[in-house]
Amino acid sequence: MRYIEPHGHMVSRTTDDYQAMVAAGCAAVCEPAFWAGFDRSSADGFRDYFRQLTVYEPARASKFLLPHFCWLCLNPKESEDLGLAAAVLELIPEFLGKKNVLGIGEIGLNRNTRNELEVLERHIELAVRHDQLILVHTPHLEDKKKGTRLIVDVLRAHSGVKPGRVIIDHVEEHTIQSVLDQGFWAGITLYPDSKSSPPRAVDMLEVCGRERIWLNSACDWGVSDPLAVPKTAFEMRRRGHSAEFVDQVLYQNPVRFLSQCPKFVLGDAAHA
Amino acid sequence: MSTSRPPRSTGQLPPSSAAQAIVDTSFVPVRAKLLEVAAFLDRVERYGVADDFRCAALRQAAGLLVDGEPERARRILEALSDPTTAPEATSSGKAALGAWQPPVR
Ligand SMILES: [Zn+2]
Repeated sequence: MRYIEPHGHMVSRTTDDYQAMVAAGCAAVCEPAFWAGFDRSSADGFRDYFRQLTVYEPARASKFLLPHFCWLCLNPKESEDLGLAAAVLELIPEFLGKKNVLGIGEIGLNRNTRNELEVLERHIELAVRHDQLILVHTPHLEDKKKGTRLIVDVLRAHSGVKPGRVIIDHVEEHTIQSVLDQGFWAGITLYPDSKSSPPRAVDMLEVCGRERIWLNSACDWGVSDPLAVPKTAFEMRRRGHSAEFVDQVLYQNPVRFLSQCPKFVLGDAAHA
Repeated sequence: MSTSRPPRSTGQLPPSSAAQAIVDTSFVPVRAKLLEVAAFLDRVERYGVADDFRCAALRQAAGLLVDGEPERARRILEALSDPTTAPEATSSGKAALGAWQPPVR
């Protein structure tokens, strides 16, 4: 089996995780910029983080023959400080030319505030101006439905946004259909206690179809499982879905979306 | 985002040979989760915190399990969601709580 991990915060994971992912068939990992668990105190903190994502983490992944790509932004959890956000948005362009950068993400909303919305709009503008793919984080728990609606409205209001170049992540049963209906891609995140479980993810695929959907573990420094994607393949096979079904959702779909960025190239290390 | 939608087709389902296996492999783990819900509701009563808005929301959402209508997961998620549409003026903190509480005016 081969699969792509399109959303993993690998700077928070161990080398054992890298080994286990590659052994399970992982052909590439993509790392969106994330909150550190505490607020960074300056734009320089972000500069160092972007160097980690574009230089040091790909080198660490390459020791396990795993291609590593990343997305850059200031995470919505840190968007309340508009001054800091402006400074970080200013330094992102100098990293966009790095060879493992796929686009702008994970941008979006956390508590659905006006400041978060303003920073989201500025990120979208930056992505459009630099012709970048967009990866969107939707809020947690009770905030998800409202936040997804606000995000979709902002994306649709920008004439430069092409929905087929945007993936809206962490969808659940109450948001997936509206995201797909508007032409966006949808990401289903597999978490032990929130977002989706493997059985619910397969339910959504059975109900909504398998087009424009990817699965990810969003593994980070919190409770999460870097092998959640291959474990969901097991749930699919147990229900009688074909190997072709598994391959389309876990490998072909993310490759199709990510290949819209010419830098997403899988070399010899990728499983044939 | 519509809240009332007819049950969608299930054209993506694999051959029916897998249908019985759904019950055979999942019944016991799901039974355990239902018991966790029941024991949690008993526990919060015993500890005198059953009035917490999250416990009330959970009891109300649980009613959707047995109303005979489809799309239970979607409807439970919607029942636990913030129904408002305007952006918040300020952030109430980094973490969401899992159920919506109307703001105290
Ligand atoms: Zn993430």
